Amino acid sequence: MQIESIDQLQEALRGRHYVADRGLATAVYLALKLQRPLFLEGEPGVGKTEIAKVLADLLGTELIRLQCYEGLDVNQAIYEWNYTRQMLHIRLLESRGERASEAELFGKEFLLERPLLQAIERSKTQRPVLLIDEIDRSDEEFEAFLLEILSEFQITIPEIGTIKAAQPPVVVLTSNRTREVHDALKRRCLYFWIDYPSFEKEYDIVRAKLPHAADQLAEQVTYFIQELRQQDLYKIPGVAETLDWTAALVALDAQALSVEVVENTIGVILKYQDDIEKVNGETTKQILDRVRANA
Amino acid sequence: MSNNHLLHNLILFGRLLRALGMDVNPGRMIDLVHALEHVNLARKADFFYTARCLLVHDRDDLPLFEQAFELFWRAPRDKTIFDALFKFRPEAADHKPIIAPPPLQEDAPAGGDDQTEEDDDEVQQVIEVTQTYSTREVLRRKDFGDLTQEELHAVKQFMAQMVWQLGLRRTRRQRPGRGQRLDLRRSLRRNLRYGGELIEWPSRQFKYKPRPLIVIADISGSMERYARLLLHFIYSLAEGLEQEVEAFVFSTHLTRITRQLRGKEIDRALAEVSREVTDWSGGTRIGESLKTFNFDWGRRVLGRGAVVLLISDGWDRGDPVLLKKEIGRLQRSCHRLIWLNPLLGSAEYEPLTRGMQAALPYIDDFLPVHNLASLEELATHLQNLTAEKRPSRRQQLKLSGAAFVKDR
Repeated sequence: MQIESIDQLQEALRGRHYVADRGLATAVYLALKLQRPLFLEGEPGVGKTEIAKVLADLLGTELIRLQCYEGLDVNQAIYEWNYTRQMLHIRLLESRGERASEAELFGKEFLLERPLLQAIERSKTQRPVLLIDEIDRSDEEFEAFLLEILSEFQITIPEIGTIKAAQPPVVVLTSNRTREVHDALKRRCLYFWIDYPSFEKEYDIVRAKLPHAADQLAEQVTYFIQELRQQDLYKIPGVAETLDWTAALVALDAQALSVEVVENTIGVILKYQDDIEKVNGETTKQILDRVRANA
Repeated sequence: MSNNHLLHNLILFGRLLRALGMDVNPGRMIDLVHALEHVNLARKADFFYTARCLLVHDRDDLPLFEQAFELFWRAPRDKTIFDALFKFRPEAADHKPIIAPPPLQEDAPAGGDDQTEEDDDEVQQVIEVTQTYSTREVLRRKDFGDLTQEELHAVKQFMAQMVWQLGLRRTRRQRPGRGQRLDLRRSLRRNLRYGGELIEWPSRQFKYKPRPLIVIADISGSMERYARLLLHFIYSLAEGLEQEVEAFVFSTHLTRITRQLRGKEIDRALAEVSREVTDWSGGTRIGESLKTFNFDWGRRVLGRGAVVLLISDGWDRGDPVLLKKEIGRLQRSCHRLIWLNPLLGSAEYEPLTRGMQAALPYIDDFLPVHNLASLEELATHLQNLTAEKRPSRRQQLKLSGAAFVKDR
């Protein structure tokens, strides 16, 4: 699909059940037009990873995902040689009394492509979406070589040579901010902070994602979560929790929220014992009263 | 708006942002000009978001950018907007008086304007009583609190020269070396020369890096004799360690001072800290302050096996239940929690205050910080934190008093 305007993009995302506000749509649109990586930061569960998936679907291209962790190295992120096959090849030739040449052993058929190389290779035929997820979990060493790749979109393998992307892939980086990512990397990207959504937007998301949920339930759940975010919680529930909770309530055939229903299912939205204790019967009742008054 | 006019304004806007301390360079501005070709300029929101996602790359700068944008692009342009804007910039708040740590005599708490909830007379009295009591305690020994001007100067010099090193942490990154894990890539390369016979088996080992250090210092009334020297101490840590040091101070509320300390000459760094902190010598609310730390900063700075130095005398005016809960959470989130107490230098001192009692079960190390000798001990201790595992935390199961005696 060819994207020609921000409105069209927003509409197309919406069609795939992703509700993006104007700011996010603008950032994504520019990432496509300027061919720049998009750096998305925000609390867990606000839809950072999701946008990459939806975008790949929308553009009709492949999604290539690299999950970051500490110690992520070239072997896991870019390429690795298939040692087992190389060994077998050596043995095979040996049995025929031949000797393996280096050029032969380090040819493309023994190369295992990892996400970054994949993204560059695939870009010859299409423009894939490269999702570099949770970059804050990686370390400075990885950031450094990522910086290099994101500026040139080329990879040099000593034995083969330099492989260059025909066109830069659509790159989406996400971060939960468990660590400050280096400025140099952020500077290369378009930056967008995804906030918790407003009531209207979150309600929209619930309706779009879970059309089976009863209107009243969707409204109450959204309002309840919005109220919870005002409480003094250690871990504030994200949109992902709102959706999980709604789905759980639909599965339980609940038509509306009650103190009992909330208590039985609170584990879906709150993941810390302290938080669960804080939102006990009394608090739940107060919030529910407000929910009923407003919804 | 003609294109030239727009360009001119964009350049001015870029300069304004730079003047406000944001990281905007000409290259970024050129990117913005290119980006604007794809956007309908008639829509203000699109223009705003385009400028924002190119010019801002830190969430903390978002409000400042928004204010600057509003004023620059919507208000009639004149000199006053620049004046208005500079008020938003904390470092440039020149009109604000510098509240320095108090001199070495008994003064009324200086940060009165920030204790809205505590402003009633009763609380004020309690703080004063605390201060006088702390003062007597401090005066009983010769330590940081008793230094003459010359001695003070000498101590500062000495601190500036101290060598700090923090124990290492095994990272999950590997590099070639003598380790347990086989390096297949190098094995194959090396053995090629033997015609495929596997003779050499190179391996990989884990890489070690220094642990992150977080310092949280109490600058309330009862700590005022130490406040200035402690800042020198924190500065010396931040300068001396190769890794980044996150620094916070608190009395009634928590203030992050990492940015103020970074990469500056000491007097300037301390002047900026003084300007940033508004509650010098206020009351002490350790629990509240730790809660702020746990909620707002813990997840961002405590990763990767951090070591936390908490500097306080434990005179807490807040809720001990809250303190207990928050310090427990802090301990569970870090590799090692070290409490430095200036009062611990005295032989007679016993940690009997409510705050100390609540906190003790959750402290890994309880050390004095009252004179240079104690700082040297601390330096040795930090250097020896090489254990890969967390310290055992049996203390939590015992009564706090017993744990204290045992640990000393």
